[in-house]
Amino acid sequence: MVPSKFAYHRPSTVKEAIELLAAHGDDSKILSGGHSLVPVLKLRLNDPEHIIDVSGIESMGGIRDNEKSITIGANATHGEIANNAALKAHAPMIAHAASMIGDVQVRNFGTIGGSIAHADPAADWPAVLLAADANVVLSHAGGQREVDIDQFFKGLFMTAMDEEEIITAIRIPKTAFNKNSTYVKFPQPASRFALVGCAAAIANSDGYITEARVAFSGVSGTPFRDSNVEKSLKGSVLNEGSIATATASVADGVSILSDHFAKENYRKHMAGVYARKALSALA
Amino acid sequence: MKVPVSITVNGKQYDKMVEPRMLLVYFLREELALTGTHIGCDTSSCGACTIHLDGKALKSCTMLAVQANGKSVTTIEGMANGENLHPLQEGFHMEHGLQCGFCTPGMIMCAADILKNNPNPTEEEIRHGLEGNFCRCTGYHNIVKSIQYAANKMAS
Repeated sequence: MVPSKFAYHRPSTVKEAIELLAAHGDDSKILSGGHSLVPVLKLRLNDPEHIIDVSGIESMGGIRDNEKSITIGANATHGEIANNAALKAHAPMIAHAASMIGDVQVRNFGTIGGSIAHADPAADWPAVLLAADANVVLSHAGGQREVDIDQFFKGLFMTAMDEEEIITAIRIPKTAFNKNSTYVKFPQPASRFALVGCAAAIANSDGYITEARVAFSGVSGTPFRDSNVEKSLKGSVLNEGSIATATASVADGVSILSDHFAKENYRKHMAGVYARKALSALA
Repeated sequence: MKVPVSITVNGKQYDKMVEPRMLLVYFLREELALTGTHIGCDTSSCGACTIHLDGKALKSCTMLAVQANGKSVTTIEGMANGENLHPLQEGFHMEHGLQCGFCTPGMIMCAADILKNNPNPTEEEIRHGLEGNFCRCTGYHNIVKSIQYAANKMAS
């Protein structure tokens, strides 16, 4: 399979990349590792006239351990994230989820920025970033803004990004709930995408839950946090009983995906099963 | 419009004009006639097209040749040292790690990445590491043994 023809640009700064985006607008696509975009181009699901390769922009790479947060450059690969010591210590679900994406080859080159810009609802990142209370750093001609992850995913392959913005980084706050977090998934056996992915992050004080964040990938066209589960857990002690009560009706009122791999009722049931797995791992 | 690329493949630098939409695997197979790298599924699932880019395993059907500009590629043709097979190639020979052989170049390139990061992997780590490489002859058992052979040989 061969993509449609396009012109290729390789800016070396964010400013240059934004200028190219402004010049070419919706005829252009940002390329980083290419592991979401290249398959889309090959299937000709999209045929942009301009490809802007941001992989050479140094300021968009690496993972920085700051005092109150960890900043993951948009160009950081899943493999880099999976092996990062600061993330393993402060937000284990982030490193763990990264280690479960695709396969070795995909993790070597696929990037977090590219994955969330693509916004595949069955990708692993949405659930963990929602549970982590992450911020997405977007750059545009006038400067940059940070979008709360709760406002970022808008639907199937849809995000809150404006056409002339690019993702430059993702910020993970260093919180008690991120320190005590995990991610589990029920993978589609060939693609390794999540039929159900559940991220859970729990903060406790004197044994009682002070904050609970429980989010899902793969279950709905829009990745989501389940506020019923979170509210039920808050104030209780995390144990078999409180987990059973909180997960009795996971994903209620949510529009559930259905396809030939997993029908709606099965997927909803498995969301409950995986929520219990995730929470039990933290109990 | 074609653009210039300079890509080092198996130690030799190639300067070529390519269409930006050319995939790296086609650059290797059609521009350089290095047909050891196979195209299987063409959808980044099967791993038959696995090569190394700057030392890391990559599915070369999922990268544009222009993305490899200025970088260094190793293909299966670059693994042997003259007449001396790479320990992984020798392992696949000695342990009957192939039947039809279609997946073998990708298996070897992926296995080389596994061994680079973990010179003494357990059987489970090898199997997990190969999750992006499919063998339709279902020869995984001997493929694992071939990689263990290579790990032992490289350690001694």
